Amino acid sequence: MSNAVLTGTHFMLGDHACAEGAIAAGCRFFAGYPITPATEIAERMARRLPQLGGVYIQMEDELASMAAILGASCGGMKTMTATSGPGLSLMLENIGLGIMLEIPCVVVNVQRGAPSTGLPTLVGQGDVMQARWGSHGDYEIIALAPSSVQEMFDFTVLAFNLAERYRTPVILLADEAVGHLTERVVIPPPEEIELWERPRPTVPPEEYLPYATDESLIPPMALAGEGYFVHMTGLTHDERGYPIINGEAHERLVRRLLEKIRKHAPEIIRYEEVLMDDAEVAVVSYGITARSALRAVREARRQGIRAGLLRLITVWPFPEDQIRELSRQVELFVVAEINQGQIRREVERAAAGQVPVAGVHKLGGTLITPDEILEALWVRKP
Amino acid sequence: MAANTFSGNGSFPFWREPLDAQQIPHLSTSITIFPDLCKGCGYCVEFCPAQVLATSDRLNAKGYHPPEVVKPEACTGCQFCMRVCPEYAIIVEKKLEVPT
Amino acid sequence: MGTQTVTPQAVQHPYTRYLRTDRLPHIWCPGCGIGIAMGAFLAAVDELGIPQEKVAVVSGIGCTGRVAGYVKFDSYHTTHGRPIPFATGLKIARPEMTVVVFSGDGDLVSIGGNHLIHAARRNIDLTVICVNNFNYGMTGGQMGPTTPHRARTTTTPYGNLEFPFNLPYLVAAAGAVYVARWTVLHVFHLRESIKEALQRRGFSFIEVVSPCPVGFGRPNKIGEGLEEMRFYREHALIQNGLHPKDAALSFRDRIVVGKFVDEARPSFLQVLEDHFRNASRDPSHREG
Ligand code: SF4
Ligand code: SF4
Ligand code: SF4
Repeated sequence: MSNAVLTGTHFMLGDHACAEGAIAAGCRFFAGYPITPATEIAERMARRLPQLGGVYIQMEDELASMAAILGASCGGMKTMTATSGPGLSLMLENIGLGIMLEIPCVVVNVQRGAPSTGLPTLVGQGDVMQARWGSHGDYEIIALAPSSVQEMFDFTVLAFNLAERYRTPVILLADEAVGHLTERVVIPPPEEIELWERPRPTVPPEEYLPYATDESLIPPMALAGEGYFVHMTGLTHDERGYPIINGEAHERLVRRLLEKIRKHAPEIIRYEEVLMDDAEVAVVSYGITARSALRAVREARRQGIRAGLLRLITVWPFPEDQIRELSRQVELFVVAEINQGQIRREVERAAAGQVPVAGVHKLGGTLITPDEILEALWVRKP
Repeated sequence: MAANTFSGNGSFPFWREPLDAQQIPHLSTSITIFPDLCKGCGYCVEFCPAQVLATSDRLNAKGYHPPEVVKPEACTGCQFCMRVCPEYAIIVEKKLEVPT
Repeated sequence: MGTQTVTPQAVQHPYTRYLRTDRLPHIWCPGCGIGIAMGAFLAAVDELGIPQEKVAVVSGIGCTGRVAGYVKFDSYHTTHGRPIPFATGLKIARPEMTVVVFSGDGDLVSIGGNHLIHAARRNIDLTVICVNNFNYGMTGGQMGPTTPHRARTTTTPYGNLEFPFNLPYLVAAAGAVYVARWTVLHVFHLRESIKEALQRRGFSFIEVVSPCPVGFGRPNKIGEGLEEMRFYREHALIQNGLHPKDAALSFRDRIVVGKFVDEARPSFLQVLEDHFRNASRDPSHREG
């Protein structure tokens, strides 16, 4: 489609850049339910998708939205939904199904102040652990945290690529500030956008086992309508996809689902380091707060503190090896996030008492300023 | 086919066999029961319109009494037993028999 | 004529090619009607000649939810209450496929009730086969949205204080273009009705009243499946064309069955096709 990728330089809303990223990644199905501050993604998709032969459907709630994108993905489409915390609470039911059935799809959560209805129009980063553990049971998830409008575009493309390659739902863990920010975004020409597709069966239907894998642990996915007579169930299942209710089968399946992500974590995990080479203090941050953190680190350097920034791109899987590595180098971690320490606890866990971990936290509604982080660097500097 | 059973359950005593009965094509049915699939609900026996089936005395592998065919000649080939069996344990085949 | 002694390989049940035979026998109780309803659906697909790879079945959770695990189509056993939205996505992605939601009354009408009425409202091209056994069978016979007033279940030990849905009235009011109800005893009517529903564009709904000796028959002194079926034989009244508001089930006197709604209205996918044409003419789209 000629206008699928809006190549060029734009002054664009973060939520709109997310929608354009999805379209550029080949998303042609969006099911959603309006919710501040993610509604602009739905609106953009509603306008854009029909021109590209795609479908926007507004569902009756987020439960349905999530179920619909799973169904459409089983039919072979690249699919997405977008919501905020209250909606994610509902979607988590079927995110669990998506993980169990290994259905690629992208869920955008533009975080706002929470809990409950909280602060619909104001920023928050309090859904980090909800994204990690919100659905019942043990599972691994991939979640990406964009810090700019450019990354709303880039990381949405990346989210689709990871979802397809690893056959899993991927969460784009944005926040209200990035979603509602308008700034420059450069959309590359389509040929420069790398796209990954889900693995597909190479054997005829008679030989196909829907959940048999090679050492990649990622099973090839047959689509509906191809004659493979796929059966998928949220029950614990064997390689044929048939339910099997016992501990050994459960161990085999869930272990593989966990290992599928863990094994590939080195390829999945992404972070950015700024001025870390000689840093004595590492600021760890992500999303909109990472911008304040960057400013604080630069200012600290001017003031003589050897600070550096570790900006998480994949919040999940969490780069704990890198934190462990850094704890041999730095004297202090300072984690800045608009919640009460959801990632700080992860840093503490990875640093394992080697290095003190401080936090700059807010509850939501306002951003963390560079000064607030800087203050923490001064106060805590050993 | 015997004249007195042509009406199905044989309850219509004044039926006479047409003189050309042996020359015209007629329906032939065959009932196959897979007794080990049966869970003994009794639907086939109860709702066969021609009382072709009865509950047998024998027990199947699961401990149920499967049906048996007691009046094969009465079968109309309606296939109700086949469609109402929740276990798909009965097959009724129909074929048109053309006399040679 | 008569019983033939044939080896199992020699005769094949007409449903066999549509079943995952390696998963049989199914888990349903003796006398459960779900197997009959599933068979009627398989017969309908067979008689319509729909290619097997062009049929998808989506189920939710519960006894009827297990249907997806037995049929040899692309089949999806999803979460409780969500088969309709899952199927909605699947149908939009694969409009050439016949997508059928096969689930129970608790799944579709209680936890999934909102999805049911909205799917009917948007007239999405799905056929929903809802097996109504008047209770939650899988969990051992609790009260559900279709349990008759005063009926006994494990969670209504003094009788159901609430009142059940009249399902045909509900889905007809919400916009379904085809609405019918049969009991599993009406297995031929049911098959024909499913055939009709599969050929309609838009949202079609068939309620299948089914015996559940364990969860409903015994506690309510109707008895085993056979007694429940006899009850249908004695109390069922075929009333095609009856206004759905008059189709409430009464468990003491009559069970009205029949085809209540059969009308044409543009389906979601039909409207969507127009939408594509209009959108591609919209000059304002480039920058959104
Ligand atoms: S085919 Fe009809 S008549 Fe024959 S045994 Fe079955 S139910 Fe009875
Ligand atoms: S209907 Fe089927 S399961 Fe029931 S008694 Fe007859 S053969 Fe057995
Ligand atoms: S509990 Fe009821 S609905 Fe469930 S399998 Fe048994 S008879 Fe059927």
